[in-house]
Amino acid sequence: METHLFTAILFATIVAATPLVIVALGELVTEKAGVLNLGAEGMMAVGAIAAFATAHHSGSPWLGMLAGIGAGVALSLLFGVLTLTFMANQVASGLALAIFGVGLSGFIGKPYESVALPTVPALPIPLLADLPLIGPALFQQQPLVYLSWALFALVSWFLYRSRAGLVLRALGESPSSAHAIGYPVIAIRYLATAFGGAMAGLGGAFLSVCYTPMWVEGMVAGRGWIALALVVFATWRPLRVMVGAYLFGGVMISQMFVQGSGLHIEVPTQLLSALPYLATVAVLVVISRNPKLIRLNSPISLGQPYRPDA
Amino acid sequence: MLLKLESRAEPSRAMRYASPLLAVVLTLLGGLLVFSALGKDPVEGFKVFFLNPVRDLDGIAELLLKATPLMLISVGLAVGFRASIWNIGAEGQFLVGALAGGGLALAFPDSQSPLLLPAMLVAGAAGGAAWAAIPAFLRTRFNANEILVSLMLVYVAQLLLSWLVHGPWMDPDGFNFPQTRQFQDSALLPALIEGTRLNAAFMVALGALLAGYVFMNRSFLGYKMRVAGEAGDAARYAGFSARATVWIGLLAGGAMAGVAGVSEVAGPVGQITEFVGSGYGFAAIIVAFVGRLHPVGILFASLLMSLLYIGGEQAQQYLNLPSSISKVFQGMLLFFLLASDVFINYRLRWTARRAVRPAAVPAAAQ
Repeated sequence: METHLFTAILFATIVAATPLVIVALGELVTEKAGVLNLGAEGMMAVGAIAAFATAHHSGSPWLGMLAGIGAGVALSLLFGVLTLTFMANQVASGLALAIFGVGLSGFIGKPYESVALPTVPALPIPLLADLPLIGPALFQQQPLVYLSWALFALVSWFLYRSRAGLVLRALGESPSSAHAIGYPVIAIRYLATAFGGAMAGLGGAFLSVCYTPMWVEGMVAGRGWIALALVVFATWRPLRVMVGAYLFGGVMISQMFVQGSGLHIEVPTQLLSALPYLATVAVLVVISRNPKLIRLNSPISLGQPYRPDA
Repeated sequence: MLLKLESRAEPSRAMRYASPLLAVVLTLLGGLLVFSALGKDPVEGFKVFFLNPVRDLDGIAELLLKATPLMLISVGLAVGFRASIWNIGAEGQFLVGALAGGGLALAFPDSQSPLLLPAMLVAGAAGGAAWAAIPAFLRTRFNANEILVSLMLVYVAQLLLSWLVHGPWMDPDGFNFPQTRQFQDSALLPALIEGTRLNAAFMVALGALLAGYVFMNRSFLGYKMRVAGEAGDAARYAGFSARATVWIGLLAGGAMAGVAGVSEVAGPVGQITEFVGSGYGFAAIIVAFVGRLHPVGILFASLLMSLLYIGGEQAQQYLNLPSSISKVFQGMLLFFLLASDVFINYRLRWTARRAVRPAAVPAAAQ
């Protein structure tokens, strides 16, 4: 019995953490290029409904996820035009994108509120899935869970082992130097922003197509913001993004297990549901109390507009 | 030929004021496109959305009623935004204010005292300010980002509200609906115009705009906050306290959002329900920007946003569109504003050839 519970908790934690991993890694790349896009919540919401609607009409969850990615990219390009071409304030534009995206998803999603999608089947990995305890939790997951691991490897490699990643990071630190040695700062920032948008859209798609195959207005429920907070906790490092996301996944599913454990704890369900948000605040406080840590690690040009020929 | 943005020698004052108008015009044009894309007659849609709501006294009263919380919240937020304190959690502060003020009405069910309503407004302001004090404290003491903290607290406030109306505060005679009992008459805001729902909170909101104007544009403290927002280093050099800026910026927003919360539960709603929020806290962020963080601008922007809300309800009723179309228009308005703001600092120029990149050093790139 004990072992079953452990496996179940691990499994659920990984599933709950996956959208956070995907979205936060995307935002990490965007921020490394010096662009602060606070619109993740809106891009996730629109990605979720675009994916859901597409999966519903086409019958293919994969087309749905592509649609989610496309929606996220489209919104992030809108953000890019505002902030990179028109040099609008990134904080204000990101907030606008968050508010707009959530509103737009509610508008598009109205007709889909009582529709259900078939569950996406799990993809067990041969041999590994048979391992005791961790096998079923780690290797009988949905394909997107494996994809999130691949994404982690890819982003880590790209940022720290590839030449393009070096350029991206340099540009986040000092766009004017990068420009002086001939790199197209704005174009690279557009690409980084679009990647962040794609991942936010995919994260949203995971929620509506894989996690709970249905659409409810407001279902993103702050995960976009939590992903943004994760990037701060992680002090802009991929490995810590991963660890942070799994810790959060654990907090998110803890309420299910407290309720289902028969422990008879007299706690209002709302208090348990508030835990992820309270945990976000708590961890932000712990990380931020050392301002040097934040200042030394955050990309120096983060949030500042850049104009090449000024 | 290439269209190119060119810096202006100094920011254009004319564009500063023209840009919100341009944004409104573009939003209206965008609205026409949206209606046609949805297969509705754009002219008909336009009429239903923008003209129907204001064709009689009742409609205008509703417009002012909906504008009231927006005016209150955004004037408070503007105080912080001017100092680059980004309080994004007004929605949560609104809810906690509604709980604090409404809780007072529930705690004294038999009170007929004329002091009950003022006390509720004060309690609402205190509740909202207390909720905003959390990010203020965490920001000043631990340097925690106020955007994320205030936002997380929105979800916590929603859950707090949900717990209260499903649990301890639920109306025992309410057929298990998640809502409190109806407030007694002495806890309801008096009507301003007989026969309409417009109530005294509108006057409170006008007072708040005036107070906001005096504070931001006529007081030394307001001036210091503006300097802190525009030139943080200069403000520090002049010895202005960054801590005080954070506290004032957040508390002003929280208190006003709290008053707005009371104006909802003691006004049109008349009780606390699970759905008392309706997104005013987020819409007020748009209002603050569209209103140029200036009380007069905020007055007009609130009326415009209120029109968009009511237009959305009309569109639902007459055009069979989801009422969330309001939010699409509201978002569009803010995007167009942010985009047209570029012309404050830049002008468009046709250039004959591509701009040459300055001083590229190809050797260094190898």
